[in-house]
Amino acid sequence: MIETRGLRKSFTSRRGPTVEAVRGIDLDVAEGEIFGFLGPNGAGKTTTLRMLATLIEPDGGEATIAGADLRRAPGEVRRRIGYVAQGGATWDDSTAVEELVLQARLYGVSRADAHARATRVLDAFQLSEYADRKCRTYSGGQRRRVDIALGIIHEPRLLFLDEPTTGLDPQSRAHMWGEIRRLRDEGMTVFITTHYLEEADALCDRISIMDHGDIVASGTPAALKRSIAGEVVRVSLLPEFVSAAATVLASYKTDSFEDSLRLHVDDGAAAIPDILRLLDAASVPLAGIELHRPSLDDVFLTKTGRSLRESAE
Amino acid sequence: MKFVRDTWLIFENQMRLLLRNPVWVLVGVFQPVMYLLLFAPLLRPALQVSTDAEAYEIFVPGMLVMLAIFGGLFQGFGLIAELRAGVIERSRVTPVSRLALLLGRTLRDVVSLVAQAVIITLLALIFDLRVFLGNLLLAYLMLALIALMTSALSYGVALRVRSEDALAPLMNTVAQPVLLLSGILLPLTYAPGWLQNVAEWNPFSWAVDGTRALFRGDLGAPEVWQGLAITAVLAVLAVVWAAREFARSVR
Repeated sequence: MIETRGLRKSFTSRRGPTVEAVRGIDLDVAEGEIFGFLGPNGAGKTTTLRMLATLIEPDGGEATIAGADLRRAPGEVRRRIGYVAQGGATWDDSTAVEELVLQARLYGVSRADAHARATRVLDAFQLSEYADRKCRTYSGGQRRRVDIALGIIHEPRLLFLDEPTTGLDPQSRAHMWGEIRRLRDEGMTVFITTHYLEEADALCDRISIMDHGDIVASGTPAALKRSIAGEVVRVSLLPEFVSAAATVLASYKTDSFEDSLRLHVDDGAAAIPDILRLLDAASVPLAGIELHRPSLDDVFLTKTGRSLRESAE
Repeated sequence: MKFVRDTWLIFENQMRLLLRNPVWVLVGVFQPVMYLLLFAPLLRPALQVSTDAEAYEIFVPGMLVMLAIFGGLFQGFGLIAELRAGVIERSRVTPVSRLALLLGRTLRDVVSLVAQAVIITLLALIFDLRVFLGNLLLAYLMLALIALMTSALSYGVALRVRSEDALAPLMNTVAQPVLLLSGILLPLTYAPGWLQNVAEWNPFSWAVDGTRALFRGDLGAPEVWQGLAITAVLAVLAVVWAAREFARSVR
């Protein structure tokens, strides 16, 4: 659905140096998946998205979007995609119906058909009861749903969503995830950017992690996490028992801390009973034990040396 | 065909939004009405004409041109608000014609300008202004072309500077000399020779002369076709330039 080779873009400001926002990326997004672009703010996610949506011209590289060549046929790309910007895009004084009808008609849909479509998507996004109210009166979550409804009114095969849940409360976010999954289940390919680890993990079928204009890792969230070798079992102890426990557990790769040990294991669920048996046999009292599975943040940490949670601050 | 349809869609939407707050059209007429009521009475003695009607014949056309220039030049502010709301970007990812994005907006500005001009003309009729309908319609055409030009320019500049803080001083700097060098407030026949020579180069001074000739009932005067031709050419150039700004990919 999306294929890019060596796509790049740099910005030159009048003062200061040229910034390489996107440094030649290769992407392959399959039809019918939710593909996520994960990375901290300023990683180049939005720039990439805006290039793919024909809003800015790449400096170099090739891209095929929904079967149309990005550089030779941007008009054709526009007809086939939907794009929802981060900041939203409605006139305060318009109503949702007016916005949707206009948007559909800009894609060449007849007036009657545009009204029918507007009614349909308002219904699908549970916005019917607000349909005739001005956009300025909507809550953040409602406004976001109107934005997405605007992005799909012409029934594109591919939808770009830039940070679709930024600024939403947890309930609206969960609701939005449901909407995005529904679109995927209806056969649409959805390309989102996000700086939320949980969102990339829970929502996306596949992700690419982006940092400083480069893709540092790609794959399903599960495969990326598996690529971080093994899991960590954290054993909490009273300080006086730490060295004794370390001796007992010498067969494991262990880091000692003041009141705990961190054991690197391949399969935590299999290792924990063994650890408990060894400690029990040596009469080392245990304060606590927990299994830590690698998160996407550990993936980011391994690839970039920084934590995404810290970078996002 | 698609271009005409696109332009109509943008125009229709813009008109709908404008009519939702029609008070802005009235706010636009406020300044010229003030001139009409508080400045024009000084003109009969100042211009040394015998009747109020003659004074208005000279003053009203100038004021209408001023309204078209200023009204147009400040339309860019609305566009900056739309840029900020993201609606321009939303339009740019649709296959809509870029020229239509511009033309739909400038046509709305032309319609609102002509509506304002009608209000002012009607008010001036109360003050004994008399003008032939045919001439008046030609004068409105002149005003429409001026508004088309200035609002297109304003949109193009707004797309470049992208901030109200930069647009306001820029437009004022342009508008003030243009206004003073076009003989809008007083005809340039009173000006010293060097000032008249400078004003020759101001297209709006030709437009003002043409509009005055029309209000005078002098349809055959060369100022009429000269003014119309100059404003038409400049309006086309401004629209072409601004439409290119719309199409240009910017960040």
